Amino acid sequence: MHVTYRERKWTFDEKLTVIQLLKRLDILPESVLVLRNGELVAEDQHLRPGDQVRIVAVVSGG
Amino acid sequence: MRCRKCGQQAVINMRHYKLALCASHYLEWFVERTERTIRKYRMFTHDDRILVAVSGGKDSLALWDVLLRLGYQADGLYIDLGIKGDFDYSARSRVKAQTFAALNPQARLWVISIPELYGESVIEVARRKRRGQRPCAVCGLIKRHEMNRVALEKGYTVLATGHNLDDEAAVLFGNVMQWKAGYLVRQAPVLPADGEGLARKVKPFCRFYERETAAYTLLRGIDYIYEECPFARGATSLAHKAILTRMEHQSPGTKLQFYVHFLRAKADGLFCEAEARPPMHPCPQCGQPTASDGLCSFCRLWAR
Repeated sequence: MHVTYRERKWTFDEKLTVIQLLKRLDILPESVLVLRNGELVAEDQHLRPGDQVRIVAVVSGG
Repeated sequence: MRCRKCGQQAVINMRHYKLALCASHYLEWFVERTERTIRKYRMFTHDDRILVAVSGGKDSLALWDVLLRLGYQADGLYIDLGIKGDFDYSARSRVKAQTFAALNPQARLWVISIPELYGESVIEVARRKRRGQRPCAVCGLIKRHEMNRVALEKGYTVLATGHNLDDEAAVLFGNVMQWKAGYLVRQAPVLPADGEGLARKVKPFCRFYERETAAYTLLRGIDYIYEECPFARGATSLAHKAILTRMEHQSPGTKLQFYVHFLRAKADGLFCEAEARPPMHPCPQCGQPTASDGLCSFCRLWAR
């Protein structure tokens, strides 16, 4: 799967759940939303090789 | 993870409520909860004319969208601050606001430009006043003044902003860390009109986590400016948000309890002004209320 978060990109070849992916990238689930192929998915959902995954940071302001 | 209401696949899990919902029930829940907050704090009614401060970001566009769906008379105000950065921040966020407005022709979008009205961007005036290292304070001052001015000049009875729970909790955290009693007294979901030049201000999203407003915006397909303001990087409020999010991760509901219990304590009279606030009088230049002897702090920015 191809993963993007802010300006960073990763590729993973294995099947992972959303929460496993976030843990691996050291991202708190409370700070993001995850889109799989453009669709919002909950933490228990599986991400498979070939999926386009976009991690959306939800923090804004200054 | 299944939607609590229909058993379909959930798209969001809110651990603090032990609530998982599918897309359609989440959108329904979000709108209903906004309406409950509006009623709980008696923010406004369907007779009010509401001006929504729209930045092009997720919170303000979501707020405008929800108010229109609930049938309120809600127009938007976009303030072009003249911020460029490395990706033309103001111009791009202005397009987001205008795109949303074009899809909602029943509402009107007012657009004002600080450089066009006053001859300088917020960054330029911050530098000239030697506050260029921290332009956020100058930017906030300019936005508050202009939002208030437009609301009063155009006859709106309420000014609504998209401040969410994370914003409110971060401000509260910052003020508690420095025991700014005066600020604590004035932090509230509703700031009433004073009849002397300050519009009524409300925050209908004050009980939504930032993640929840983002989810609403994404599920509604609202195109918002994803990037942060280039001058917000390193801001103290973002550091406070990060601290609170770590606490939230350890103990779901922390931010909500911090904020809601603060409001209850305030209602119980736990906080009061340390001393009487100085009397307000109209600024001799713009007419907005100020405690200063001469010009208000906004007008002093432009005095050369």
